[in-house]
Formats: sequence, structure tokens, C-alpha cells
Amino acid sequence: MIADVLVGVLLIATAITGTAVALTREPMRQALVLSAYGLVLGVLMVALQAPDVALAQIGIGTAIVPLLVVLTVAKVDRELSAREDETEPDEAGEREG
Amino acid sequence: MTRLAASRLLLAVGGLGTAVLLLLAFGGLPDLGDVPHPYADRAVQAALGHDTANVVSSVNFDQRAFDTLGEEFVMLAAAVSAVLLLRRFHDEEQDAHDLGYGPRDVWSAAHLVGFALLAPTILVGLYVVAHGAVSPGGGFQGGAVLATGLHLAYLAGDYSILRRVRPLAVFDMAEAIGAAGFVLLGISALFVGDPFLANWLPTGTLGDLASAGMVELFNVAVGMEVASALVLLLAKFLDQALVVRRDTDESP
Repeated sequence: MIADVLVGVLLIATAITGTAVALTREPMRQALVLSAYGLVLGVLMVALQAPDVALAQIGIGTAIVPLLVVLTVAKVDRELSAREDETEPDEAGEREG
Repeated sequence: MTRLAASRLLLAVGGLGTAVLLLLAFGGLPDLGDVPHPYADRAVQAALGHDTANVVSSVNFDQRAFDTLGEEFVMLAAAVSAVLLLRRFHDEEQDAHDLGYGPRDVWSAAHLVGFALLAPTILVGLYVVAHGAVSPGGGFQGGAVLATGLHLAYLAGDYSILRRVRPLAVFDMAEAIGAAGFVLLGISALFVGDPFLANWLPTGTLGDLASAGMVELFNVAVGMEVASALVLLLAKFLDQALVVRRDTDESP
């Protein structure tokens, strides 16, 4: 009974955080929401007696995948601002920064 | 406007329909751990027959080791292709003196947490790999924990410290050894007259660390492969984001 309630609460939390991921439009912020969603999913897996899957989910879903997204966004932002600097010839301070 | 309204209506109807179907499907699921299942019964019997306390590991590395071989090479192929795609191109240059944007202005609390958790997390990762045959976890899970834990060094210090605790040449080799090791361990069964990937080693006592025969060795091989693949993958992403920059000078 208590287990059913716990699983129910976690399923609803998964639905809410999953929707939040889909509704977050800014990629950097979305990566962080995705991390929270991954954590809820990991706890749900523990509640469903699958601790080994939860371990991998928490390692990969909450840490590595959001980190890859954050790093990619940072790289793209930097390339874009470098390209903008190129169009303005009097601004060459990018390299020192 | 009518197009927008129509597509919104379509989305609402589709979403509602999917939600109703999902709820109905969930209602029809058997209760957790309640209903005996013919496959589960046989899997548990087979796992106990080889003194493997962790039935999931027994399914992954003993009863269906061939599937895991495929999975491991999917991981290897994905990591290799990402590393290949993210290599440095001729119009990019590596920052030699400035080792990237480290978390220099990160809160000292984050430094402290990273520093305090680094060693325990690595230990947990090694434990999870080593006890793959006995308790929940195994090579995949432990490898993921190990790779994640190692990157706490980045949180605790900066990129140059992470580089020092993460010699990429070693992880390059470890990934190859892990992947090849799995295959060679599988081939070893042929020499004693068993089929490929068979669990031919003595299986020991149920619940002991050194039980379950080949399951333990397969776990170690997969742990090495997964941890190294994730470390190499993250290394390429970190390099691209922090160190590699496009050569904006037109000079040769």
C-alpha cells in the first residue's frame, strides 16, 4: 500500500519534471531541468526495486548527459561571440580573455 | 490562426488519447513483485545453479552474455565515433598556456564537496564493479559511477587538475583492453570445450565476492570499458568547450 503510494507520487513527479524539461526552451536551463528529471527518474527506479538501473541512470542521466549539453552550449556560444568579434575589426581582445 | 488552432486541437486530442491509453495500460500491469513469471522463475533457477546472487548479472553476463557483448560494442562504437568527430581540425588550435576556463569563481562550498566526494565516489564505483555478481550493480553501473566520480576533480580544482588525474593514454588503452578482454574471456571457454561466452570457471559459494565464475571477470571487463569510454567522451567535449578555439588569425 505504502509502496503503491510512493510509486504513484514518483510517477506524478516524473510526469511533472518531464513536462518541465519539454517546456524549458533555453538549452542551458533545459540541461539543468533535465538533470532534476533524471534524479526523480532514478528515485522512481529505486522505488520499483531496480537499484542497479537507478545507479546508471543517476550517473549518466543526471550528470553526464546534462554536462555534455552544457559544454556544447558553452562551445557554441563562444564560437558565435568569436564570430561577432571578427566582424568588428577594432575588437581583438577575445584571445586574451 | 486557424492552422495554429487546428494544430493545437490535434495536439490536445493526441495528448489526451495517449494519456488515457497509458493510464489504461498501467492499470493492467501486474502488481510489483507479485505475479510469478515463467521467465523470471527460470532465470532465478539458472542464476542459483551458477551461484550468482545477483540474478540480473547472471542474465547479463551468463545466461545472455552474447547480448551484453553486443551492448558493449555499441558503447565502444558510440564513444569512438564521438571522439573521432570531436578531434581537433586544422583550423582549430589548442590553448597551450591557458588550460581552459576552470571553475575558478565557483563557490568554495562546491570545491569542498568535490574534494570530499572524489575518493568515496571512486571507491563506490570500484565496489559496485567488484560486487557485480553479488549485489545490485555491475560493470555498466560501476563504470558510470567511476567516470562520473573522476570528474569531481574538475569541481574540486580546475581543468589542469582533472587532466593530471585523468591520463588519456591510459584510458585509451583501458577501453581497448576492456572491450577486447570481454571477447577473449568469451573465447577462453572454447579451450575447455564449452561454447563461446560459457561460464566455465568454478562458481564458488553463493554470495561470496569470488563467486559466479566468469560473471565476475566479465563485469570487470565491462567496467573498464564503460568507465574509459565515458571518460574519453567527456574529455573530448571538455577539450572542445574549454581549450580548443578556432584559429581566427589568417596567418599560417
